[in-house]
Amino acid sequence: MVQDVGAKAVTPPERRRSLLRTLFGGIGLLRESTIGMVGFGLILFWVLVALFAPLIAPVSPTATLQPFAPPGTVTASGETLWLGADQLGRDVLSRVIYGSRTVLFYAPVATFCAYFIGCIFGLLAGYLGGWVDDLLNRIADIILAFPVLVLYVVIIVLIGPSGLNIILAVTFASAPGIMRIVRGLTLDLRNRDYIAAAQTSGASLPWILFAELLPNARGPLIVDACLRMGYVIITIGVLGFLGLGLPPPTPDWGSMVAESRAMITFAPWMAVVPAIAISSLVLGFNLLADGLREISLRD
Amino acid sequence: MLIFIGKRLIYMLLTMFAISLILFLVMEINGEAVARRVLGPFTSAEQIQAWLQANGYLRPWYVRYVEWLGNVLSGDFGQSVRFRTPVADVLWPRLGNTAILAGATFAIMVPLALTLGVLAGMREGSRTDRSITVASVISTSIPEFASAVLLTVIFSTWLGWLPGTSAMSDGWNPVELVLPVMVLVLYGFGYIARMTRASMAEVMQQLYIRTAVLKGLPYREVILRHALRNAMIAPFTVIMLQINWLLSGVIVVEVAFAYKGFGSLILEAALNQDVYLLEAATLVAVLVAVSTQMLADIGYTLLNPRIRFK
Repeated sequence: MVQDVGAKAVTPPERRRSLLRTLFGGIGLLRESTIGMVGFGLILFWVLVALFAPLIAPVSPTATLQPFAPPGTVTASGETLWLGADQLGRDVLSRVIYGSRTVLFYAPVATFCAYFIGCIFGLLAGYLGGWVDDLLNRIADIILAFPVLVLYVVIIVLIGPSGLNIILAVTFASAPGIMRIVRGLTLDLRNRDYIAAAQTSGASLPWILFAELLPNARGPLIVDACLRMGYVIITIGVLGFLGLGLPPPTPDWGSMVAESRAMITFAPWMAVVPAIAISSLVLGFNLLADGLREISLRD
Repeated sequence: MLIFIGKRLIYMLLTMFAISLILFLVMEINGEAVARRVLGPFTSAEQIQAWLQANGYLRPWYVRYVEWLGNVLSGDFGQSVRFRTPVADVLWPRLGNTAILAGATFAIMVPLALTLGVLAGMREGSRTDRSITVASVISTSIPEFASAVLLTVIFSTWLGWLPGTSAMSDGWNPVELVLPVMVLVLYGFGYIARMTRASMAEVMQQLYIRTAVLKGLPYREVILRHALRNAMIAPFTVIMLQINWLLSGVIVVEVAFAYKGFGSLILEAALNQDVYLLEAATLVAVLVAVSTQMLADIGYTLLNPRIRFK
């Protein structure tokens, strides 16, 4: 109760400052893990690239300059194509830079949606138990029985390839796995004293789920979210590669690799650059997850 | 034990039944959409009506479902729109090709991953452990389509050692399998290695290992006779579950290398809206996934004496 009053007395700007401090405190903690820092650096690099894409990219990602120009070519109009050009003469470097925007928009949004759904159902299943738990588990079993890419292919064929549908498909396919994890954590927490206290004080179901259970389950969930982000990035890339991703003019790493596959013998840069880009971003998330896990195990 | 296996079997059958029903409903509840997919986009309304009549699509969906299920169970999946042959004629040979690819992958990936995992988990925190862990994180971070490109550029374009595609256009050639297998192994071994490492590290902290060390057994003996057997229980489950993952992986790899297997068949069916072929392929994929999952469950119980003797 005393704490409650204290929290209310805090004025908004101060609270914001404390939020900032916890954020930086988290990064400070991360400093103890080298691989965690490397992962964080890789992600930060791509986030900055995506944010400042118009400033960094030498030319427009859709401008057609000189088809199949090898890396380092200087065009007639004086632009240097540092990483070469593709079959339509578009600058590979600029396309990879703009492609980071695509992936860093869709992957976090899709992961967030999957977490939103997965957390709601996981908390409900774990906290309520009984037939709710049984029903949700059976549904999860059915979705998880599909090899994941087969599921994506079937969903995308049924609802058509588009940005929104990629988010829907990722949510549908990943939510059951998240649900399972949240459910397990909830089962662990639901018999704690503070939950009993909340129940006796007459707290509503949403309050118990989202204000009592979820914050206390956050540790393992943050690690899992990092791993899942990496996996969603791969999935978006794979869908683009298979021709089930975003429509063509959008610069997307997966479809860039797919388009250039046939020309790999004489224009390898077209495929190699986006392939390295996506790998480094996924590596960033996987290393960050490892670092976070290492730190959480240490305390 | 038999009751447990029986329960798992029944549960698996129920899951398959539910999935077949859902799949049928999503794909075929709307008969006109099926007709349009089979006959093509430029079909007149009369032709569609005639087709629906001729193929029994005007009956209620549950009648059609029962008939469809009966046909599927007897191995009759209908006619492929794209290949203009019975679905079974394309499906089984393609599945065989994928089995070869998957078999080769497993034959290399499993021993490699287990060895690396055991080496890493034997001495937690050692330099070997750290380098193996980092290597497995890096290799699992490279998506299959990216490593397919990178390996093709290195081994095919630059060095010229291996063929860049695996279409087997000049007859069966095992050399064409090398790159696809390499890609699958690279992406898959990291996960198994990490699970083995974790399991091994846990076993190494057990009291019976300390006892074995303290009673003066050579380190080799301790690892081979006491630690390994107990450390292999968890990885067994992971390996079985990897088959489910491999079914996803082969889609990308087969498309990337133009290998004529089950994975590229699913994508082809999907992109061409080949309803019956897609249904059949999905069912087969799910069946393989569900039955390996069941085997993993049963195997885990059989291998773990703590559960077996309860």
